[in-house]
Amino acid sequence: MSDRPADLRVHDFEEVDSGIPAEEAIAEAARCLQCKKPACVDGCPVGIDIPGFIRCIEDGDFRSAIGIIKESNMLPAVCGRVCPQEVQCEGECILGVKDKPIAIGSLERFLADWERENGIEIPELAEKRSERIAVVGSGPAGLTAAAELARNGFSVTIFEAFHEPGGVLTYGIPEFRLPKEVVQAEISEVKRLGVEIRTNYLVGRSLPVEELLSYDAIILATGAGLPAFMGIPGENQIGVYSANEFLTRVNLLHADAFPHHDTPVKKGRSVVVIGGGNVAMDAARVAKRMGADVTLVYRRRREDMPARLVEAHHAEEEGIRFLCCTNPTRILGEGTVTGVEVVSMDMCELDDSGRPSAKPIPGSEYIIPADVVIEAIGQSPNPLLIRMIEGLVREKKGNLLVDESGKTTVPKIYAAGDVATGAATVILAMGAAKTAADAVCRMLTEE
Amino acid sequence: MYTITAASALAENVYEAWISAPHVSRHAEAGQFLVLRIDETGERIPLTISGVDGDLVRIIFMTVGTTTRKLAALKKGDTILDVVGPLGQPTEVKRYGTCVLVGGGVGIACLPIIAKALKTAGNTVIGIIGARNKDLLILEDEMQSVCDELIITTDDGSYGIKGFAAGPLKEICETRPPDAVWVIGPAIMMKVTSGVTKPFGIRTFVSLNPIMVDGTGMCGSCRVVVGGETRFACVDGPEFDAHEVNFDLLMSRQRFYTDEEKESAAHHTGGCGCGGHH
Repeated sequence: MSDRPADLRVHDFEEVDSGIPAEEAIAEAARCLQCKKPACVDGCPVGIDIPGFIRCIEDGDFRSAIGIIKESNMLPAVCGRVCPQEVQCEGECILGVKDKPIAIGSLERFLADWERENGIEIPELAEKRSERIAVVGSGPAGLTAAAELARNGFSVTIFEAFHEPGGVLTYGIPEFRLPKEVVQAEISEVKRLGVEIRTNYLVGRSLPVEELLSYDAIILATGAGLPAFMGIPGENQIGVYSANEFLTRVNLLHADAFPHHDTPVKKGRSVVVIGGGNVAMDAARVAKRMGADVTLVYRRRREDMPARLVEAHHAEEEGIRFLCCTNPTRILGEGTVTGVEVVSMDMCELDDSGRPSAKPIPGSEYIIPADVVIEAIGQSPNPLLIRMIEGLVREKKGNLLVDESGKTTVPKIYAAGDVATGAATVILAMGAAKTAADAVCRMLTEE
Repeated sequence: MYTITAASALAENVYEAWISAPHVSRHAEAGQFLVLRIDETGERIPLTISGVDGDLVRIIFMTVGTTTRKLAALKKGDTILDVVGPLGQPTEVKRYGTCVLVGGGVGIACLPIIAKALKTAGNTVIGIIGARNKDLLILEDEMQSVCDELIITTDDGSYGIKGFAAGPLKEICETRPPDAVWVIGPAIMMKVTSGVTKPFGIRTFVSLNPIMVDGTGMCGSCRVVVGGETRFACVDGPEFDAHEVNFDLLMSRQRFYTDEEKESAAHHTGGCGCGGHH
């Protein structure tokens, strides 16, 4: 990893980590023990042959190395940047016990960036088949499923409601963490496999359900786009955003460049971000880059934050103030936000998620002045389309009920990614999408 | 890219455009809207679908900000980069009996498509359309052709009955109470006018027009409070029970970007946007 200095990078949206050069990649690869039973592969949700591609890097054969990754993962430039490697591949690396684990994420990213500069090779496609498949949503799950099915010869159309494909990779994750040029390159690769992407198409509306059901198979990859609000007093005031809205305005519609771009956003002098996940970090760091003084309020302890370690670390480096064990009780103002009242929290016994549950300490309330408040407390699946398809079963949190292959309760409809799991990571969505694509493939070829 | 096939001015600052967007037009129902983005640097704005003809959809808009001003400058043959729709829940069309449709200003644009649908469902449709003055009144002929009865009001009395649309609506409620009422126009007009039907207990709908981004339920920009509950106008609405809507909150949230709108206007027109008050 080679991070640009924090005091420099908070003034722009360029990538924080500028990647590693070839010599460094080869040296890092040489540290790999090439375990006979590689635990790292078990830790990878898409099962990449990690020792295999690392050996090729060591030999300087980058072309073969990226080929190995792409057998399992069509979006390596994205995953190398946004996977929580510390709890996946790198978390399992045996070297990590005494020393630092192999920087698998950095190596993956290095190869993907190398390939983008040196010409992308498109994998061989299976013979063209007549079956048509509809994929709803063009985020990581949709792109992965579409790529897998296209490689198997199917005719695949992705429907995207936004004007640009990429889902959360486009509207959610900021440029400084995942450059849009990288996302666009990986999307073009999916298109080169023959996948058609129709933007501005809201399935259920622009494409009625009857027409959707005329496809031979359907993969729902609509993500978890419905933002949760805390439900505390004052949150409908001017200056209060869901992280989804704040990030969409900046990442997708370039509100940071207002008025050159027409979409406005309240940049804020004092911004309070509520939450402790990656989305909260993204929102806080975007606000910081637009010139605000930013405080992040999280109800549990620093070590309980669900964000990737490196994101929380980067956020702190960039001067985001963390107020842990603190929870908002109301948002103040008379129509326009002036502050947030918070209460200190006491950590109690562990809850279902293994994290301590937090209880407010009576009388510990105090006020943080703020002119913008961003709530990043989670998202659930958007129920719009799900409600229109008869027979789909939703679970408690609105997630679609699926079996281990991603099959829903309606014949020939599969689901993958956050719509089935609830808000999770890019790589878990991709893993589930591969599984669902394989199941669709079997269903259509074994009939 | 979506091509404009016809564009014209209907009144001062009010424009009409027909856009070729089959994926929207073929599935649009009364009461729904679309979201458009004119060009690469454009913002996404919602506009009611005010008519459909084959592959074409009609929008009618008033120039209030940067996007509507840009839109007004487009001519036949020009293109719009993005159009998504139809969005929102359609009007609850069924056989009510007698329906009154009240439109104020550019809000009249929403009415013909709803009037047609209600008429087809077997209702008697009375239209009340109001404007500040005669020159600002739009769609009179079209409303005349789809309504069983049409009442016109102008604030200054330059045409039709002098006063607000609330006047004749109240009279109708008193003399021959209708079974359902729609009130569509500026938020303040909807608040005041729909208040008229409340004492009579007549089911009344309003179509809310908060600020939106995606229009598909993923940002929460358009949140409104109806019956004490926060709802998203883009997917739960845009039509809601008028007597449950918190209009003051709607009006407050519509002013979210007042300062930015001035800044944007100044940027696009070259001036500072202050009207010479520096």
